[in-house]
Amino acid sequence: MNKLGSAIFSRLVIILPYAWLLFFFLVPFFIVFRISLSTTAIAQPPYEPVFALADGLSGFFGKVGQFSFANYIWLTEDALYLNAYLSSIWIAGVSTFITLLIGYPIAYGMAQAPRTLRPTLLMLVILPFWTSFLIRVYAWIAILKPEGLLNQFLLSIGVIDQPLIIIGTNWAIYIGIVYSYLPFMILPLYSALEKMDNSLIEAAKDLGCPPISAFWKITFPLSLPGVVAGCMLVFIPAVGEFVIPDLLGGSQTLMIGKTLWNEFNANRDWPVSAAVATILLLILVVPIVFFQNAQAKAEEQGR
Amino acid sequence: MKSLGNIRRSFAPWTDPDAKPFITFRNVTKRFGDFTAVDDLTLNIYHREFFALLGASGCGKSTLLRMLAGFERPTSGEIILDGQDIAGIPPYKRPVNMMFQSYALFPHMTVESNIGFGLRQDGMPKNEIAERVSQMLKLVKLEQFAKRKPHQLSGGQRQRVALARSLAKRPKVLLLDEPLGALDKKLREETQFELMDLQQELGLTFVVVTHDQEEAMTMADRIAVMSHGKVIQVATPAEIYEAPNSRFVADFIGDVNILDGKVSANGNGKIELAVNEGFTIRTATANGPTPGSAAGFAIRPEKMKVTRAAPADASVNAAPGEIWDIGYLGDMTVFYVKLDSGKVVKASMLNALREVEDPISYDEKVWVSFGETAGVVLKD
Repeated sequence: MNKLGSAIFSRLVIILPYAWLLFFFLVPFFIVFRISLSTTAIAQPPYEPVFALADGLSGFFGKVGQFSFANYIWLTEDALYLNAYLSSIWIAGVSTFITLLIGYPIAYGMAQAPRTLRPTLLMLVILPFWTSFLIRVYAWIAILKPEGLLNQFLLSIGVIDQPLIIIGTNWAIYIGIVYSYLPFMILPLYSALEKMDNSLIEAAKDLGCPPISAFWKITFPLSLPGVVAGCMLVFIPAVGEFVIPDLLGGSQTLMIGKTLWNEFNANRDWPVSAAVATILLLILVVPIVFFQNAQAKAEEQGR
Repeated sequence: MKSLGNIRRSFAPWTDPDAKPFITFRNVTKRFGDFTAVDDLTLNIYHREFFALLGASGCGKSTLLRMLAGFERPTSGEIILDGQDIAGIPPYKRPVNMMFQSYALFPHMTVESNIGFGLRQDGMPKNEIAERVSQMLKLVKLEQFAKRKPHQLSGGQRQRVALARSLAKRPKVLLLDEPLGALDKKLREETQFELMDLQQELGLTFVVVTHDQEEAMTMADRIAVMSHGKVIQVATPAEIYEAPNSRFVADFIGDVNILDGKVSANGNGKIELAVNEGFTIRTATANGPTPGSAAGFAIRPEKMKVTRAAPADASVNAAPGEIWDIGYLGDMTVFYVKLDSGKVVKASMLNALREVEDPISYDEKVWVSFGETAGVVLKD
């Protein structure tokens, strides 16, 4: 390739991710943000103002003048939204913590497994993705319902004498989120643990550190970038999760994804649901920035 | 008094039958599945000795070191350290410390806390730790780098941190696994002498694993040359070089010419060897193979002379040949001489003078000659 060609090529390579971000994140976000500033209307689409080419410049500015932050103020006035946000963060946080508790030993075991066995184990972790997410969540209904597999099993071995009510409670949501997002926790943890130099553990032992203490002083701190990455990958989508609370949770379950869905579908209030979505994004930007920082730090240390 | 090499040693506990070894490997075998890494090996190492395990990769030297550190358990045999069998003691309870080949510095800790790690494990009071750490930093000349993380240091500095960390607990034995492998040549040479000084100063026993013979020769009091899980020879560097006990050792250490032949006479402290190159070599060797048995003759290139005329003294061994190739190395010149039999031998001569009158050149007829004590008879 000649010099000019390669220069154009390298530009293209750089432009591609930016173009992707522009078209599939920034543009949709601005559409949502713009709707959040509108007011509901019984029309098609169900909000106003709606811009049209025929408006001309003065018409355009006139319509921009109709934009307001009323929907955001509305969100602060009704405790429902604040509670939904807080409850979502709480549920996502607890689920993330449980996922970490389960995922870490699995990832650690995988990283310690014989080298030849590791690809198989990795495969097994990814395997659930081969079935539809929705079908897997539905399957949990069959497991968790009062006459479901879990209760039948527990009743038959005599641990309980009455079926446990799990479905429709937050417990079902925790189970659903932990199950669904476990691979997202395991994969970054595994990649952090797998590349760990075993001689560091040997050095710790050599200097008088028993194995368990060596884990807490060496292995765990060095796997922190993986812990942070895994937690973010679980926490961020879990906050906005809609399918799991809808299918496994009950009527009293309050999660922002479900609230948003109700505003959008049942109330047909596009502007308020757009405002809900915008605030959700702002809430999630905080952990995302934290995640980015942690990654940059890890990269620097890896050098 | 005559001794091998131009070096006189005052420290030689291995020659004293009453001296008690500090570390003993007794009939130690280590197998990994079908592979025997260490094969029925017996070895004594003495207090304050700088001991080198030398061998090609896969010869079992690292396994031996790792068994001493406690990372591997011998399949059979015992390892005794300071009178105590340590086979069952886990690594974190052994009074030995190891400096790892990769240095194995903890990347998330500063230089200071890396060095203090072992001391904190022992529950030493904070002020004593701080004192010991600063003492160690001073020893390895890294005082101003205490707060740095390992990734902010150069290779040589990391090596020093690793050394300081392994010395901080004042171990009875320091194990060094290819300690200078990652350093460039100049730094390696400097560090060799620093390590020797340090060992003298602290009065510790050092066991170093290396595949670099120059490194082993420079630093060690004694070298164990290993091959396929066995120790082939344990001796001082000069003995290893000047009196190798086998073809393997002669060939492994330095450059050597080996001439094969049969013993034709053995008596009165002399052995005569009729070599396949068509001449007889007379050597001053007291003990050796009996007449008629096959043997080899090993001679180092620098022990041979290359001259245009045959040596006048008939007692000197000499063989005619032709210059095949010449390698000028600066400090010396290596002549590759093709003997009449077709065998090419290497002879090197020190370039003591800057200017030489009429030097020997390519394709000239020459004689290679060497004295009675210049080489070694090797049993087959």
